[in-house]
Amino acid sequence: MSLELKQVSYSYSVGTSYEVQALKNISLTINEGEFIGVIGHTGSGKSTLIQHLNALIRPTEGTILYKGEDIWTENYDRRSLRHEVGLVFQYPEHQLFESDVLSDVCFGPINQGLTREEAEKQAKKALAQTGVAEEVFSQSPFSLSGGQKKRVAIAGVLAMNPKILILDEPTAGLDPKGRDDILDQIALLHKERGITIILVSHSMEDIAKYVGRLIVMNHGSVVYDDTPREVFRHYKELEGMGLSAPQITYIMHTLHEKGLPVDTSVTTVEEAKESILKALALRKKTDRGDGL
Amino acid sequence: MIRDITIGQYYPGKSILHKLDPRTKLIGTLIFIVSVFLFHSVPGYLVATAFLAAMIYLSKVPVRFIFKGLRAIFFILLFTAVFNILLTPGKVLWQWKFLRVTEEGLILAARMAVRLVYLVIGSSIMTLTTSPNQLTNAMERLLRPLNKIHIPVHEIAMMMSIALRFIPILLEETDKIMKAQIARGADFEKGNIFQKAKNMVPLLVPLFISAFRRANDLAMAMEARCYHGGENRTQMKPLHYHRKDLIAFLVLLVYFVIALLSRIFGI
Repeated sequence: MSLELKQVSYSYSVGTSYEVQALKNISLTINEGEFIGVIGHTGSGKSTLIQHLNALIRPTEGTILYKGEDIWTENYDRRSLRHEVGLVFQYPEHQLFESDVLSDVCFGPINQGLTREEAEKQAKKALAQTGVAEEVFSQSPFSLSGGQKKRVAIAGVLAMNPKILILDEPTAGLDPKGRDDILDQIALLHKERGITIILVSHSMEDIAKYVGRLIVMNHGSVVYDDTPREVFRHYKELEGMGLSAPQITYIMHTLHEKGLPVDTSVTTVEEAKESILKALALRKKTDRGDGL
Repeated sequence: MIRDITIGQYYPGKSILHKLDPRTKLIGTLIFIVSVFLFHSVPGYLVATAFLAAMIYLSKVPVRFIFKGLRAIFFILLFTAVFNILLTPGKVLWQWKFLRVTEEGLILAARMAVRLVYLVIGSSIMTLTTSPNQLTNAMERLLRPLNKIHIPVHEIAMMMSIALRFIPILLEETDKIMKAQIARGADFEKGNIFQKAKNMVPLLVPLFISAFRRANDLAMAMEARCYHGGENRTQMKPLHYHRKDLIAFLVLLVYFVIALLSRIFGI
């Protein structure tokens, strides 16, 4: 148990005519070492939810506990909480400001109180982990391509060595290769450093491929909180929320309807391939059996 | 946090004042402001008060929104009142060392306070019932004659509406970047004023870059739609005067004549 939300609600612009309730009574526990996906339609409250996790937003109601401590008590050190819970916003490249890449990535570690040397060491490590080549370290971050900027910005948060890393649509606006690269690297971080990852995404394929637990948000509430396999069983309900299951789910369901005994709960192409081959082999066997 | 700030305090509604042509409201506000300075006497101010009260009633805007504007001028009000009371020569009512209060000073202070308050309330009623876009639209139409002397009225109005349009966007952007940097351990509250200014760099640089990027995108988008200024340009919602505007102008005329007469005859 590392991060816990208890009956958290949040409303924007409380007390004015523009009041909107963004989160409704959310209770969640985020355990150490999990790889969690968060999906939801635009305006479902995903971004509001993740900003609660590192105390950028104070809930209107409810409590948030980190390691069992309420993070909104008067004396709680929310700055060091933010060092442990790293948040990468959507379009993180918009936050770059330094004159060279390395200094920009150093911004976080230096704010943590490290010396320039230590910070540079951390920064270099983070840049290597996000796949930024060494020759761009001294370049201006503004001269880089969109994908490179994004990597630098993610490294900027990673360099702070967070225990929990939250990424809000880290792949928005990237080409398929850049997307896979970044997600693979994030998955590697999860595996090698044991960082807890929370990934907000629109792409069901990405989610299905990487995460172990999937949270579905709709109108400010958590609708499903389960393994992707279980969640995608409800693909019809997901469609009602303006979402969808991975394409492979649809293919498998169609195959099943046509009489091929495949496993409809698979979520990735690899699993699907195996299941189809197995089903075909089975059918061949029974066909032969019929013939005899 | 920053999202709660509202600039341009338009209060959406369907009252008769909301439905008036923005030009009518603009002219009406000007007439009201002039009248506040024309009136000189207690009966005069009573007329202005009645007019204002009627407008507040017609606008259907909650009264607390109307008085919110006064908070901004509280200190100006205080200063003018204090200086007027203390520095106006005349019949001395009370004296302590070099400080003295005169009867004329009190009257002048009261008059200035009333004028300032009415000025702000009057223009608040206009901005509360007219969206910023309607307002620039009205200005553009009313200032159109200035085109004759080569003042680019349309361009100025266009710039104004774009600027207004961008304020909420930039506020939101500021909020976002601020949060992103706080997430990276930035602290915008700590330190003395120089420290604070220095801490703003991680906020201001991205903000400027994004403002330029947005400006560039917008210019491109306008260019791509062949935008070329005001000449021969038609509007999606052209302004038309209606019957209620005629009535409004009649009311304004009567009100203005009363103000003039009151000044001329010194009532």
